[in-house]
Amino acid sequence: MFNWFSQVFAVTLFSMRSLPQRKGSSAAALLGIAGVVAVMVGVLSIAQGVLKTMESSAGDANAIVLRTGADSEMTSGLAGEDVRIIAEAPGVARDAAGAQASPELFVIINLPMRSTGTDANVPLRGVQAQAMVVRGNVKITQGRMFEWGLNEVVVGVGARQQFAGLEIGSLIEVGQEQWPVVGVFEANGGLAESEIWVDASVLQSSYRRGNSYQAVYVKLDSPEAFDEFKDSLTSDPRLNVKPMRESEYYAAQSTTVYNMITGLGSLIAVIMGLGAVFGALNTMYTAVSGRTREIATLRALGFRSGPVIISVLSESLLLAFIGGLLGAGLAWLAFDGFRAATLNWSSFSAITFSFDVNATLLTQGIILAMAIGLVGGLLPAIHAARQPVAQALRGL
Amino acid sequence: MKYLYLIFSGLKRKKLRTGLTVLSIMVAFILFGYLAAIRQAFDAGVEVAGADRLIVRHKVSIIQLLPQSYESRIEGIEGVDNATHATWFGGVYQEPKNFFAQIPSVPEELFDMYPEFVISDEHKAAWLANRSGALAGRGLADRFGWKVGDRIPINATIWGKKDGGRTWEFDLVAIYDGAEKGTDTSQFFFRYDFFDETRANGTGLVGWYTVRISNPDNAAEVAAAIDAEFANSAKETKTEPEGAFIQGFANQIGNIGFIIMSIMSAVFFTILLVSGNTMAYTVRERTSELAVLKAIGFTDRSVLGLVLGESLALTLTGGCIGMSIAWLLVSAGDPTNGSFPVFYIPTRSLFLGFALIAVMSFVAGIIPALQAQRLQIADAMRR
Repeated sequence: MFNWFSQVFAVTLFSMRSLPQRKGSSAAALLGIAGVVAVMVGVLSIAQGVLKTMESSAGDANAIVLRTGADSEMTSGLAGEDVRIIAEAPGVARDAAGAQASPELFVIINLPMRSTGTDANVPLRGVQAQAMVVRGNVKITQGRMFEWGLNEVVVGVGARQQFAGLEIGSLIEVGQEQWPVVGVFEANGGLAESEIWVDASVLQSSYRRGNSYQAVYVKLDSPEAFDEFKDSLTSDPRLNVKPMRESEYYAAQSTTVYNMITGLGSLIAVIMGLGAVFGALNTMYTAVSGRTREIATLRALGFRSGPVIISVLSESLLLAFIGGLLGAGLAWLAFDGFRAATLNWSSFSAITFSFDVNATLLTQGIILAMAIGLVGGLLPAIHAARQPVAQALRGL
Repeated sequence: MKYLYLIFSGLKRKKLRTGLTVLSIMVAFILFGYLAAIRQAFDAGVEVAGADRLIVRHKVSIIQLLPQSYESRIEGIEGVDNATHATWFGGVYQEPKNFFAQIPSVPEELFDMYPEFVISDEHKAAWLANRSGALAGRGLADRFGWKVGDRIPINATIWGKKDGGRTWEFDLVAIYDGAEKGTDTSQFFFRYDFFDETRANGTGLVGWYTVRISNPDNAAEVAAAIDAEFANSAKETKTEPEGAFIQGFANQIGNIGFIIMSIMSAVFFTILLVSGNTMAYTVRERTSELAVLKAIGFTDRSVLGLVLGESLALTLTGGCIGMSIAWLLVSAGDPTNGSFPVFYIPTRSLFLGFALIAVMSFVAGIIPALQAQRLQIADAMRR
């Protein structure tokens, strides 16, 4: 057994030492694998970024209430009376200021995207003071909060970056009115960072919404309080509403975009991976055929076929591993944190997000690379070990 | 002829290597064709947009509605041929993932405004005769296996009915085909008169207007005149050419063109490495053979041609197989299961594919070919 290991070690070391002689074809295979991994990690990081934005929007003990049949805030509508009943429901957390329920309005306005100059549907949200309490993660980072009751807005940091005309001091046009931007806020990377916020009462009067709202966000006593809260609302004959946990709501909002990008990204990765397998096979067959005599000599000296197979495989796995690291590293450098905007199909409004190259993706990239290396190395390895020794020694 | 034979024998020399190289080139072109179709799904709307059509919407955002009375005011503006309105219904058929556009429209005006919708006279008459009738695109009907006569229930997310219900039922009475390959046949139209009298709120309000102008060269002036007509009113408008409107919408989804270009560059760079490396190997291994060819009278230039020819043969074979497979894959249906309005490989991408084959075979083959050209017979024979 020890002998077998020492054989493996010796042959592997031998083939590694001869790697520099094959640097051209080895580099081609390595870079090919790096390319595949970089593209896969890059494309999937878009989906991860959207998912992360949605996940960091949701509070553990938070819920959202929409009208029955509405699939997003955009299509929902709640009367002032509904809002009062929802705020009084059991399970809603309370503090000195009363129930921690935030009735909100949600509309979109056109603003040009910085990247293309064409219009985007930027979300404009009307909030009350309770919105800050319920969300708990909104911080003004530049300028100041708007004055309640005035036509002033604050903008999310993502919206500020992606859409033109949202600098502090600039005016946004809403119908006949012009509202000044007075501050920029962050919300822990969540969806709110894509939005513009204004006092709900200002938005109500400007959009002639009377005392109606579109959604109520509530903070519950605990995540477990949700069932009681939900039952009380759905069984109330005065209401026609659909309560959801924030986590479920945001997950549903991102499903379309996430599935589309992930599906497409995986398909591209599989097809490209196939191409890289052919490339790796080519490299390893070439490597093996260039070393036919060496390998035959080793075999004639008494080295067994197992160590020969392992030496060829470890060479291809090593190349694949370095290629995978290189590709994943490149993708991380090029894409991580890159901000972009896309359209949230459910609410028909823009969302801004950062590409997210996370540890899972990097691991997946390296696993893909190793899989390519394994498949690309196995057949040539077996081929090398099976060559009849006498013929190979005579050959070439 | 003798060159073709030599090229062929060169490739046959190492069948496995030739095969693997062709396969990796093939993979690159499968991706190329497939991604071209995805890009076309986003671009086709802009290409087939009528140059003589403008879209008029609420200035603040598309979700805000405009009065139906704007139609006659728009039609009164000089240079305007006809105007028709449309509204976003946004309903759900069975489940949210079965997304498609549902639009209440005025049938006669729809036929007039979109000559690229091909509808039989019989279907037109049937739709005019049935108030709850609907017109579906061929692509949409095929996607859900609908036939004329089917009853299509759609759950409203925006528009409740006067009776308090949220399920709208339509009789599918007509199907339209696209006059061009890029025509969107994924839409569902139903009658505005039925919509307006059934909806619980918003009576008399519509989503946007499509306007046909007499002379496309005056698009900018007419658009300005329309916006001026409604300036300083409670509902101001923004008017732009149909193509720009669709492009703006596609831009919101993301810079699809740029993403696809980046992926393709990475793919081709990778494949170039692989095939370039193969060619380099082929030449290095055959140094003495090439020297023999030169010794028996082949010129330097014809040896250069031989190596480039091999490179071209490899790339051309891989490229053609790859694009054919892409074509088959694309014909089998789109990856989103019908959400793309169109899905096909545009002809210009096929031409681009052949151009890429030529460029790739040259770039991959030129360095080894130059080496082969420069071979000194005496040196090479001695090695």
